[in-house]
Amino acid sequence: MDFLTLVQVLDSTVRLATPLLLACLAGLFSERAGIFDIGLEGKMLMAAFFSAAVAAITGNVWFGLLAGIGSSLALSGLHGAASITFRGNQLISGVAINFLASGLTVLIAQSWFQQGGRTPSLLSGGRFEPIELPFAIGPTEAAETGRRLSDLLSEANVLQQVYSELISGHSIIVYLAGLCVFLTWWVLFRTRFGLRLRAVGENPAAVDTAGISVIRLRFAAIAICGVLCGIAGAYLATGLQAGFVKEMTSGRGYIALAALIFAKWRPVAALWACLLFGLLQAIALRFQNIDLGGFVVPVQFMEALPYILTVVILAGFVGKAIPPKAGGQPYVKER
Amino acid sequence: MTAPAIQLKGISKAFGPVQANKDISISVAPGSIHGIIGENGAGKSTLMSILYGFYKADKGEIWIKGNRTEIPDSQAAIAAGIGMVFQHFKLVENFTVLENIVLGAEDSGMLMPSLSRARKELKALEEEYELYVDPDARIDEIGVGMQQRVEILKALYRKAEILILDEPTGVLTPAEADQLFRILDRLRSEGKTILLITHKMREIMEYTDTVSVMRRGEMTATVKTAETSPEELAELMVGRKVLLQVDKVPAKPGKPILEIQNLSVTDSMGVERVKGIDLQVRAGEILGIAGVAGNGQSELLEVLGGMRADRGRISGSVKLHGSELPMTGAGSDARARRDAHIGHVPEDRQAEGLIMDFHAWENVAFGYHRDPAYNAGLLMDNAALRADTERKMEKFDVRPPLPWLAAKNFSGGNQQKIVVAREIERNPDLLLIGQPTRGVDIGAIEFIHQQIVELRDAGKAILLVSVELEEILSLSDRVAVMFDGKIMGERAADQTDEKELGLMMAGVAGEAA
Amino acid sequence: MDKMPKWADVVLIPVISILLAALISALVILAIGENPVEALNLMVNGALGSTYGWGYTLYYATNFMFTGLAVAVAAHAGLFNIGGEGQAMLGGLGVALFCLYLPLPHWTIALVVAAVGAGLFGAAWAAIPAYLQAKRGSHIVITTIMFNFIAFSVLNYMLVEVLKPQGAMDPASAKFPAATHLPSLHDILAPIGIEFSKSAPANVTLFVALAACVFVWALIWRTPLGYEIRALGKSEPATRYAGISSVRIIMITMLISGALCGLMAINNVMGEAERLVLNATEGAGFIGIAVALMGRNHPVGVFLAAILFGFLYQGGAELALWSSIPTELIVVIQALVILFTGALDNMVRMPIEKLFLAFRKEKA
Repeated sequence: MDFLTLVQVLDSTVRLATPLLLACLAGLFSERAGIFDIGLEGKMLMAAFFSAAVAAITGNVWFGLLAGIGSSLALSGLHGAASITFRGNQLISGVAINFLASGLTVLIAQSWFQQGGRTPSLLSGGRFEPIELPFAIGPTEAAETGRRLSDLLSEANVLQQVYSELISGHSIIVYLAGLCVFLTWWVLFRTRFGLRLRAVGENPAAVDTAGISVIRLRFAAIAICGVLCGIAGAYLATGLQAGFVKEMTSGRGYIALAALIFAKWRPVAALWACLLFGLLQAIALRFQNIDLGGFVVPVQFMEALPYILTVVILAGFVGKAIPPKAGGQPYVKER
Repeated sequence: MTAPAIQLKGISKAFGPVQANKDISISVAPGSIHGIIGENGAGKSTLMSILYGFYKADKGEIWIKGNRTEIPDSQAAIAAGIGMVFQHFKLVENFTVLENIVLGAEDSGMLMPSLSRARKELKALEEEYELYVDPDARIDEIGVGMQQRVEILKALYRKAEILILDEPTGVLTPAEADQLFRILDRLRSEGKTILLITHKMREIMEYTDTVSVMRRGEMTATVKTAETSPEELAELMVGRKVLLQVDKVPAKPGKPILEIQNLSVTDSMGVERVKGIDLQVRAGEILGIAGVAGNGQSELLEVLGGMRADRGRISGSVKLHGSELPMTGAGSDARARRDAHIGHVPEDRQAEGLIMDFHAWENVAFGYHRDPAYNAGLLMDNAALRADTERKMEKFDVRPPLPWLAAKNFSGGNQQKIVVAREIERNPDLLLIGQPTRGVDIGAIEFIHQQIVELRDAGKAILLVSVELEEILSLSDRVAVMFDGKIMGERAADQTDEKELGLMMAGVAGEAA
Repeated sequence: MDKMPKWADVVLIPVISILLAALISALVILAIGENPVEALNLMVNGALGSTYGWGYTLYYATNFMFTGLAVAVAAHAGLFNIGGEGQAMLGGLGVALFCLYLPLPHWTIALVVAAVGAGLFGAAWAAIPAYLQAKRGSHIVITTIMFNFIAFSVLNYMLVEVLKPQGAMDPASAKFPAATHLPSLHDILAPIGIEFSKSAPANVTLFVALAACVFVWALIWRTPLGYEIRALGKSEPATRYAGISSVRIIMITMLISGALCGLMAINNVMGEAERLVLNATEGAGFIGIAVALMGRNHPVGVFLAAILFGFLYQGGAELALWSSIPTELIVVIQALVILFTGALDNMVRMPIEKLFLAFRKEKA
């Protein structure tokens, strides 16, 4: 494996980690506020569909992004109504939301586009295009010199390869996701809102007796969760791929959940966890079965690894993952 | 004359058919400590929750410092200068002291400036009231006494002029309680008004300026503490002259049934709860264990009842009928204890003694559900269970006598009768019984006490744990006092009094009897 | 007193929830430009209008009875087993291994052996999350979700690398031996003179599922073990007081729950496909959640809910065939049922409780 291949795998890691990271941070806001969210998958899927559908109809990816965020927010609202207002079971609500998204997306896709539950392929303008950073070797360079991009890249020096392939050439959402890690950390640990958010996930009674509305705080948290899931879904359908296909999230919401546990509900650790799980996906995608000197690691094992690692973490054999204390329980005022 | 700090006028509050507060009016002078005393369920906590904006009164007015004030929520209460220290602290355990104090009272959207200002302010408050805490300690790393200080500081940081404390000493050691009252005294001298809710007579008599008595949702009297007596207050509290007197003949103790030697219990957090105690309970006697809650009595009862076999560490020797009872491993769980003829009425009947959603007839078998009498082949013999339930309900006068009713639909007293009936009717050699009459009405108390005495007279051994000193004194033949996990001393019940036991409960060692 | 009579809790509220779900489903159908009445007609005809339709409806219902019972048993102990899908996949693997590699002379023996294999594998797959919950406090919802994905990878690996016959393209096992063929409803009903569709997949497993319903009822409400399971589900500290080991109960309950999910495989893998394919479970593990919620965790309720969902699945398939409404409509209905009977239960319950209270006051 040469250096350029490695860079390319890492490049693909970054792209695959982006939706995971956004969804993971979404879950982080929700769970830090004491609302379990296993509906990340459904919200992403819904957003993926509506972003692709609106982008396909309007030809404008930004409208698509807004539609994606809107649809994800609607599901967040449903989750809020069930788990905050009506004090229902948050896990069951999450399961319902996942099915709702899984069914509705295909149903509406079929009704709008008649293409077997997918959206038309998105043309440029309907997609988030890669951003070429200054001095990077990209398609522009290739067009100017009239040579193939891969040739240009393999001739370049190591630094230029890393810069052009790994750092440059991603869509705006990828950079945004990176920024979100820092923003999440800042909001959580440096603002009044963050202090209250963390408090409401640990002991809502403390927040309530301090004269702050538990309900409003929790709704705010799941709204942020909805927005981030919306961006994650939109990226899937309009950045990573060119359009919506049925079940296109394929378990990413659950991997994000796994990453969240892996990161023990901390933003910077979430970045590393998502990069790790992104790397596993990238490797599985590129190499299929990996031959480690006679011992073949099957691709299925690579695919299952994020889940296996999460179970190991949950079991507490490698550091204990302690979720926010009030997580999963509806808040009932009592003396 | 200055306006009263707090004035309540005709406050009423009902929860469904239950009238929790009935037309309550009081007036508290600024710079005083006002006590509110009453039994469990008398409506004290409801009243304070109305004052703190947790509940809205159906009728009535609240006046603060001479102004009519609406308190729809806690925010409004805080704005009106009211601070509350709840019985169960409302602190975020993995936050620092400083973060807890700032929570909800931040200056702006940014956290850091708020925290640094709070740090300075806290320093000033600490010095003003001699309330020292480490602002950077995490709540789960400091003791309950310290946590309570944080709650008081929280209120002071919010500029509270009126401080409500709900049963503040329930979880404190006597030393910590003394310290609390020194702090309250200091606050009073700085002009703060304090409302102290308690059911402990001693606290009322020693520390308050005025006292109100509540009974069944009504305020029966408000008097100057200096002008009343414990006897008078007690009568106002219960409504009739009762000094719990149990009819019983002197005990005729037989041979030892339970022998405890050097028993130590460490909980799963690594805290030693019981520290090498020796006790003996003989056939035909009641040994009462007195003490402030949290001094190791609960753990002692749980260990004997087989509820701690899989948690923490237990050492020492416990013998029943002269043979060793295993403390861990095989034969150490609650089921084995029952097989060894140890009955157990647990301290918390709602969380432990009963399954609240189960029917009465299912609860009558709880813990004994694998007894052959209740089983026919692989299946449970529900008909036998129901017949047994009807019989016990009649004998123990459980009302209503409906086996199909879920446990949660009985009153506290009748729930306790179901538990007591279940345990006593097994005719155990040793009965462990914790807080037998907590939250139980007077009529049921007498009945339950009578049943316990009858079991004693039948030659059985009884180990009684209660935080109610009166109950201990009137029911027990011998009394042992527990403090900080140790036995402070033992007395014959008829050769001691509340004063002596109270001293021992406060950690002052009595001379060997 | 309870806030409302028992019949309101077990009948009225589920019925209102279902009606709400149906109403919104109808609105969804309207919104995609179709006629809900016509759709319902198509579904009823397709699922119940012929013995062929019934054969499919009952076939699906059989699957859902197993998974619904599995979720219900776990729920009684206060555990949310969301891993039915993975446990059913592993059950399929057990069935395939036993059917392919053991000499089974007759379907009766094959049924018993395959059931043992299915139950064992399903239970084994539930055992690890159960152990981690009981001993280490790892949240069983998360671990069982993770185990669903791991199960898929295991099955994928086994089919691609181990069980796939040489030269075959699709990831599936070889066909099971003819002796393991289970009698279909047609085979069973023909001797007593009832003409039942030959091509419908409903088979003898239906009776195993019915037996499982009876078994679960007896287990939960008639045995001391069931008493202990229910006690644990209601109050953990109380079980400690009563000498009931929570570790033991969690393990046993989840093993039973996993085994029930695994048993589904004798219906879909052995009874219908007669070989193991990758997506054999078709989401039945998740439908179990809806079925248990709707059936209020009672075997009778689970039975009725399973039939309803069997109807929905068969009806939905027919609908997709004869109209332009895709089968995903059923997933939406399923989501709505879970939502209303589960997560939004209080939304339905609270107004009804108020109604009963008001009614009572008037009477008093």
